[in-house]
Amino acid sequence: MRAYWRGALAVYRKDLLLEVRSKEAVSTVAVFSLLVVFIFSFAFDPSPRTLALVGPGIIWVAYTFGGVLGLNRAFSHEKDKGTLEGLILAPLGKDAIYMGKFLGTLTLMLIVELLMLPVFLFFFDLNVLSFWFLVIALLAAIGFAAVGTLFSAIAVNTRSREVMLPLLFLPMALPAVIAAVAGTEDALAGRGWAALGQWVQLLLAYDFIFIVLSSLTFEFVLEE
Amino acid sequence: MASAQQVRQRSVAGVAGLGLLVVVAILFLIDLALIFLWAPTELVLGEVQRIFYFHVPSALVGFMAFAVVAVGSVGYFWKRTAKWDRLAHSAVEVGVMFFTVALISGAIWAKPVWGTWWTWDPQLTTTFVLWVVYLVYLMVRAYVPSRDQAARYSAVIGIMGFPLVLLVYRAAELWAGIHPGTVVGPGAESDALDEDISLVFTFSLATFTLLFVYLLWQRVLVHKAEETVEELRALVK
Repeated sequence: MRAYWRGALAVYRKDLLLEVRSKEAVSTVAVFSLLVVFIFSFAFDPSPRTLALVGPGIIWVAYTFGGVLGLNRAFSHEKDKGTLEGLILAPLGKDAIYMGKFLGTLTLMLIVELLMLPVFLFFFDLNVLSFWFLVIALLAAIGFAAVGTLFSAIAVNTRSREVMLPLLFLPMALPAVIAAVAGTEDALAGRGWAALGQWVQLLLAYDFIFIVLSSLTFEFVLEE
Repeated sequence: MASAQQVRQRSVAGVAGLGLLVVVAILFLIDLALIFLWAPTELVLGEVQRIFYFHVPSALVGFMAFAVVAVGSVGYFWKRTAKWDRLAHSAVEVGVMFFTVALISGAIWAKPVWGTWWTWDPQLTTTFVLWVVYLVYLMVRAYVPSRDQAARYSAVIGIMGFPLVLLVYRAAELWAGIHPGTVVGPGAESDALDEDISLVFTFSLATFTLLFVYLLWQRVLVHKAEETVEELRALVK
């Protein structure tokens, strides 16, 4: 168990260091998410009344598509630089590699989510600082990262991988997106656990099931 | 190379397959007669309700197929033999076909009853997405360089998809939409159907299940034959 976490944290640290030095992923994903939001402001008339209706949708479309973009990076640079083999040969379990990559992806997603909060707050006047919204955003990010890290490792080995990842990820992420949008609607309207409890529970179940399944099946993906 | 025994096995399988095909065809004719001539006309929905005997069995058989996919995928990681991979791959192909029938028959039924071909009801939406998941399964198989990778990656998707199968199966109960809830199988209310309707439905479901077994079996044989051809081609080169 200790070796597992040491390995996972080593992988995590490596990815974090890479990101801190290049700031490539955070900046591109954040700008991309921002653009998604701007396109939405043209697609829908952003009056306060429509915003109350489409606000949760805008938030989650931006987070989901930004998430896909970030996920692509979890394994693509390993593949391009040929370091994936090195990672597989390193004296650590494949489940530790998964956990490290999962934590890296999760961190990236959470940073982007945080960076986007002021955008929703200032441009759309959405009450995104509510406690339950933040809980939902955290839980959904965990689910996205769990499923996405696994599929990123698959997509990177297919032809036309940039397209393959969204195709794999988006349908599988749908239950989490549904729960996140519905829960966000309740959270932004200021409703409490009685209204959004079921969505938080669905997200918790989703996270649990897919973290377990992903870490179990991951070793079969990284078998070259 | 195929030995004499393998050749004999194959011809036995061929005869048995033909026999099953005949049985399924006869059952299907009886099923059609029951549906259009014998089954009572539903009081509220009228004649269009008869599509129920196609719509629900094909959806249920689709769920069955995706459960077989999960079994085949787990089996592949357990035994690492091509047999399990062929089973899962074939079940996806057949399951996607049955889900397509369910989606199209559902749209045809929805038009007169709900007044629209499609509505973003939770059951419809999640069913459609599940259909996409298994479509992507087939695409991933087509877009990876090696046979081994195809088997491994698709088995991962087959396992990851299974929780979604369970979720979609219960979607109408979990999120109250306009699609009716589960009428048969685990989790259904016992008196959801009228007796005659229930009888015809059970017959229809049995027929569809047998059709599924037949198609699945034939797909497995076709994949096996394809692999033999590949092997022979490699030998000739």
